[in-house]
Amino acid sequence: MSRVLNSPVFADVPRPRFVPGPLGTHITIRGLKKYFAGWPLYENFDLDIPKSKIVSIFGPNGCGKSTLINMIAGLIPIDSGEILFDGKSLKETKIGYVFQNYREALFPWWRTIDNIAYPLKLMGKTKAEVDRRLEELVDSFEVRFDLNRYPYELSGGQQQTASIMRALAPQPEVLFLDEPFSALDYEMTLFIREKLQEVFMKTKTTMMLVSHDLEEAVYLADQVLLLTKRPTSIAEMLYYDDPRPRTVATLSEPSFVLAKRRSLEIFQREVRK
Amino acid sequence: MADHSSQTNAWQRAAPREIKQSSMFSWSVLLPFTGPLFLVLVWDFAVRFGFIKAILLPLPVDTLATLVTGMAGGSLLFDFYVTLYRTLIAFGIAVLGGMPLGILLGSNEKAYRSVEFLIDFFRSTPASALIPLFLLIFGTSDINKIAIAAFGAWLLIVFNCAYGVINARKQRIAAAKVMGATRWQIFKDVLIWESLQASFVGLRSAVSMALVIVVVAEMFIGSESGLGHKIINAQQVMNTKMMYAAIMSAGILGYLLNILFLALERRIVHWSGR
Repeated sequence: MSRVLNSPVFADVPRPRFVPGPLGTHITIRGLKKYFAGWPLYENFDLDIPKSKIVSIFGPNGCGKSTLINMIAGLIPIDSGEILFDGKSLKETKIGYVFQNYREALFPWWRTIDNIAYPLKLMGKTKAEVDRRLEELVDSFEVRFDLNRYPYELSGGQQQTASIMRALAPQPEVLFLDEPFSALDYEMTLFIREKLQEVFMKTKTTMMLVSHDLEEAVYLADQVLLLTKRPTSIAEMLYYDDPRPRTVATLSEPSFVLAKRRSLEIFQREVRK
Repeated sequence: MADHSSQTNAWQRAAPREIKQSSMFSWSVLLPFTGPLFLVLVWDFAVRFGFIKAILLPLPVDTLATLVTGMAGGSLLFDFYVTLYRTLIAFGIAVLGGMPLGILLGSNEKAYRSVEFLIDFFRSTPASALIPLFLLIFGTSDINKIAIAAFGAWLLIVFNCAYGVINARKQRIAAAKVMGATRWQIFKDVLIWESLQASFVGLRSAVSMALVIVVVAEMFIGSESGLGHKIINAQQVMNTKMMYAAIMSAGILGYLLNILFLALERRIVHWSGR
């Protein structure tokens, strides 16, 4: 009597098996889903980010470039899916993040040096360890401005340099850069770009760079991730492997010009779709 | 290091800083004094030429003399002290009760939304309208004046502190979060600091509010001391010199408190507006 006849049948849909990325993958994204106001931005999105490479992200307006790295960095919650760093969760991973708007990234109530030391203090480092690391950073960035000033007393480029130093201080496994140059003048952009390349060559930190400047995106990148319009998917992962250090001369190399042209073609194809 | 400027590049260039003008006496220094001087002159002429009777408005010289003798050890000084004391006690209570609550409410949006109407309503209600209510509760005691002033100031502080926390720059919170800060660390290293600017606006208006209510309360709640009492008393016996002197000293008190809080704010919230 108490048995329900013709009870509805639920198909037990198994979760797709986790497929690891190719060898040398650092960040693995599987089945990422993100809706904004009921509309899909990302759906069933898979991506492998290689270790010790710089990946530039480029794509049409509103395709969610920044959203993508913000989701990976844990600043924006995802609806569902899996993001792993070398098989670890975000919590177990040290990351650094550089914002476009340096004015609202540093803490103006502390001196610049204390800003840079902050992530180290959060990790519970001793005073001596913090000082040693700060010295290293100052050396590798050849800082010639006074870090004892407050951030608002520095120029834009100096503030962004300090932001990058802060992001790099805990020796992160991944460094996220969200349009780090777009609020800077060209002179400063060139300078910080070179510094970033130097740091990368020295530390081989995996970097993800969102850029709206194609030249800059290709120049720094080992791989250019080109995205489609929303719902966003990967249009193409373009490889660009000119040797480092790349210089101004690189900008006129045939291989660079080719990579840039190819990226532009894909970009335009995607925008017109 | 002295001639660093000769090899300045974009890297070394500091953000433009204000250059202090070297001193050469400039007449523009006197500009702030012209307004008050003009007012005193008009006042003086109006009385001297009989436009206003001296019994209603004494000469500025006489008023100032009363003010100075009163404040230099006279009875006015005592009332000044009493009013200052009541204002500061009320303000202190408001700060102790208001700042933690405001910051707490601000960091918990649901809690804030649930009391937002109450805060807005009582903030818009003139605190002086509540004096009779407080009379019922506290009687005509000294505590009454302090209590009502503290209440008015407290509302301003709660509101502004909560507002400051709520409007903390989202990106700074994100920056701390991405560096691995816990909720508590974000609270004490970012939220509190972010809220300071708005909190100081609250503190400054709160201390003014406390003074206003204390003076009003001193006038009408059977008081034996305080500037409010002094003013109404002098008016009733037509001692207008003393009345104006007391009014002026109340003004001086309010002005000094405002200046003090502006200076404190500039010192503590040094990044404000930059």
